[in-house]
Amino acid sequence: MGLPGAGLLMRDGEEILLPQEIFRKIVDHCRSLRPEEACGLVAADGSGRAVEVLPVANSLHSPVRYQMETREQFDAMKRIRREGWSLFAIFHSHPLSEPAPSPTDIRQAFYPEAYMIIVGLEKEPPVVRGFVVEDGRARELPLRTVSDTIS
Amino acid sequence: MSVVVRIPTPLRKLTGNQGEVREEGKTVREILDGLESHYPGIRERLTDESGELRRFINIYLNEEDIRFAEGLDTTVKAGDEVSIIPAIAGGSR
Repeated sequence: MGLPGAGLLMRDGEEILLPQEIFRKIVDHCRSLRPEEACGLVAADGSGRAVEVLPVANSLHSPVRYQMETREQFDAMKRIRREGWSLFAIFHSHPLSEPAPSPTDIRQAFYPEAYMIIVGLEKEPPVVRGFVVEDGRARELPLRTVSDTIS
Repeated sequence: MSVVVRIPTPLRKLTGNQGEVREEGKTVREILDGLESHYPGIRERLTDESGELRRFINIYLNEEDIRFAEGLDTTVKAGDEVSIIPAIAGGSR
């Protein structure tokens, strides 16, 4: 829907920075829907800082597959555009397995400008990893939480 | 009938990196015809061999999913916005 990719701007540093509040919201949402896979979008502001988590329903309600509910995905992307944000990341959970991109995740990664964040809920605490998908391959990037205070 | 068509990132290499283009047509199908004539190769990314919308492609006319209207035969009018939105999906298996 014409969302510029903040992710591209931040790849020089080769790490994904998530404010603690954003990190917590992602993990809490994924935990709340376990054992189903949860999913959603993360928006960034004009400076490329992740500023909002937009959960989207998994229309498949499956522990091993997800597809964003079409209307909610449309509304979330519209909100990102209208707020002047950009699509920073797409997240989903793996309730029963390691947080590594599956062949399905890579095949269906239609938004290469966004980071892919996967929350592994197999263990406590959850393991959160981040990737970029380029040319049909996923490459892991360091994912680090940062203070919520904008410096 | 000129409408704005929002192009998702993966298809922008076909539209010269434009995120929005204008097309003429009376239906969504005619809009897609226009896209194909200006940006060859884009149609096969959106529709299958039988001409139907691919499973992972959603098209919205303004606020409505065309699957819940007349599909590709949904009529458009001047000033409408057509958004092409690949579904976001995946999973551990």
